[in-house]
Amino acid sequence: MNYKIDEKGFYGKFGGAYIPEMLHSNVMELQENYLAITQTEEFQTEFRSLLKHYTGRPSPLYWAKRLSEKYGTKIYLKREDLNHTGAHKINNTIGQILLAQKLGKTRIIAETGAGQHGVATATVCALMGLECIVYMGEVDIERQKPNVFRMKMLGAEVRPATSGSKTLKDATNEAIRDWINNPVDTFYIIGSVVGPHPYPDMVARFQSVISREMKEQLQEYEGRSNPDRIIACVGGGSNAAGAFYHYLDDEDVTLVAVEAGGEGIHSGRSAATSILGTEGIIHGSKTLLMQTKDGQIIEPHSISAGLDYPGIGPLHAHLITTGRAEVVSIEDGEAVNAAIELSRLEGIIPALESSHALAALDYLTLDKDESTIICLSGRGDKDLQTYMKYLNHE
Amino acid sequence: MNKLKAAFSQGDKKLLNVYFTAGYPQLKDTQTIITSLANAGADIIEVGMPYSDPMADGPTIQESSKIALQNGLTLKILFEQVAAARAQTEVPLILMGYLNQMMQYGEEKFLDSCVQCGIEALIIPDLPPDLYGSDYKAMFEERNIEIVFLITPQTSEDRIRYIDSLSDAFIYVVSDSSITGNSRDISSEQREYFQRIADMNLKNPCLIGFGISDKKSFDMASSYSSGAIIGSAFIKHLTNASGDESLDLTVTQFVHSIKG
Repeated sequence: MNYKIDEKGFYGKFGGAYIPEMLHSNVMELQENYLAITQTEEFQTEFRSLLKHYTGRPSPLYWAKRLSEKYGTKIYLKREDLNHTGAHKINNTIGQILLAQKLGKTRIIAETGAGQHGVATATVCALMGLECIVYMGEVDIERQKPNVFRMKMLGAEVRPATSGSKTLKDATNEAIRDWINNPVDTFYIIGSVVGPHPYPDMVARFQSVISREMKEQLQEYEGRSNPDRIIACVGGGSNAAGAFYHYLDDEDVTLVAVEAGGEGIHSGRSAATSILGTEGIIHGSKTLLMQTKDGQIIEPHSISAGLDYPGIGPLHAHLITTGRAEVVSIEDGEAVNAAIELSRLEGIIPALESSHALAALDYLTLDKDESTIICLSGRGDKDLQTYMKYLNHE
Repeated sequence: MNKLKAAFSQGDKKLLNVYFTAGYPQLKDTQTIITSLANAGADIIEVGMPYSDPMADGPTIQESSKIALQNGLTLKILFEQVAAARAQTEVPLILMGYLNQMMQYGEEKFLDSCVQCGIEALIIPDLPPDLYGSDYKAMFEERNIEIVFLITPQTSEDRIRYIDSLSDAFIYVVSDSSITGNSRDISSEQREYFQRIADMNLKNPCLIGFGISDKKSFDMASSYSSGAIIGSAFIKHLTNASGDESLDLTVTQFVHSIKG
């Protein structure tokens, strides 16, 4: 089975570029240039240098002993939370801003859910001295205030998306519209492995540094580069794509994608896309998405703004439908409990998104001789308000 | 000759194509709006299939779509409404919507429903021309349903020629790099672009859309083309109408303000 993108931009039957003519020249410019530019020695040297000296990579692979003890198995955490700006998102924004510069773009736009991608974009725009506009749903602006302040502090303009459920999907719609209105000078830095080809593949490649490091780091611990299992949360799925990337063809490694079950898969308030979703088109890509039988996109729900998305990246749709990846869905409360557990066992406060991946441990059969890597995609500072609220009810 | 071809075969007459969102302002208004538009002198009517995430449309059409969906409009109801209107008028009818709607309904079944209710052509902005050519063309042609493609100031000459070769209806010339509903004065750059398209002598006639909102912009755009398309400005005009009589009057006034 092939898990890499084909020359037309598809993973099996998922992917492609279903875009209006107004985006054609922009998307073609990217399709024609992204590999030619990003695969040069010059680009890679610059990219890796910034990842090392600016974001602090490699991020540690940490053997979480107390957590391992509790689950009777060996658990490692890939510490993307220790990156500059607090999540894996910066790996991708550094890559895309370098590409934007090579293409001569002067104005950067982005969408954000939890605000982590917005902050990571605002950060690299400050670094490169480029204008930055971030679209963010009104609901997310309210629940992720610290990140809104960070973006403003970094000099970005945060524009509220007021349509639909006022979350990530709607912020993405607004960013796409901005791009349509500004086709010449603007580069759209998409934050996940979603959108029209080449975005899913481009973002996965930038994030693949996660699994490249995992291979080397596990080798040091165990004398082998492959764990038995990798667990990562999936909203659009960029940290999962990065954590799975170099293991896709290693079928001995079980890949576990964790979705947001919200208030319960069948509660009507969920973002469990692969379970509730059917094949369709969202944001220019054919994938699995939550929709009515008339093709209207259903508003998702998750306590975590970063997972509150009605689709998944086409790579993940392919991995899940072919059986390469397993899916676990985690409800809001379970994620919060997992965050509290990790905080108290390991002294690490995880982001709500990453807490979904941690909570999946309860649903898996874990042998004591097995090794599992969990991608700890981000830190929990931005979620303290939500955690506090929950703890006060305890 | 089909109704669309006939509309374009009236000498130098400039055609007014009006877009509106089905099921808006009220669910049952679709039929009244079509017949009122036709009676008032609209030459082509573009019926919008309301979509939850209309990527190529601006806030006016998105808002009207949201209300139409809240009103309970489904594709099944839309096809029934269009069929009822078709029984009363010979005006060419075009359906505009997004590919996901067509996919979920079932592409062939969707086209069959278009035939049954008297639709002449489709505009599916997120169906790229090459994909149409490889996967859809045969199924459209089998049913004599035409496809309309968009071109923009960024579309290359080669690509315009390619698009012209794929279609047999008209070319939708997007006036500006823009989503729908942004109206401002037509610039000299736009005039040059319209002239460039006119000078290409395409097989298909051209209608200019996006940013056309009143008689002045309609006349200006039409001087470079076979006519123009008005959408958001008409929807804004509809917002205050309620009840059939008032709706008919509102629609008639609007069309007369453009073509009068």
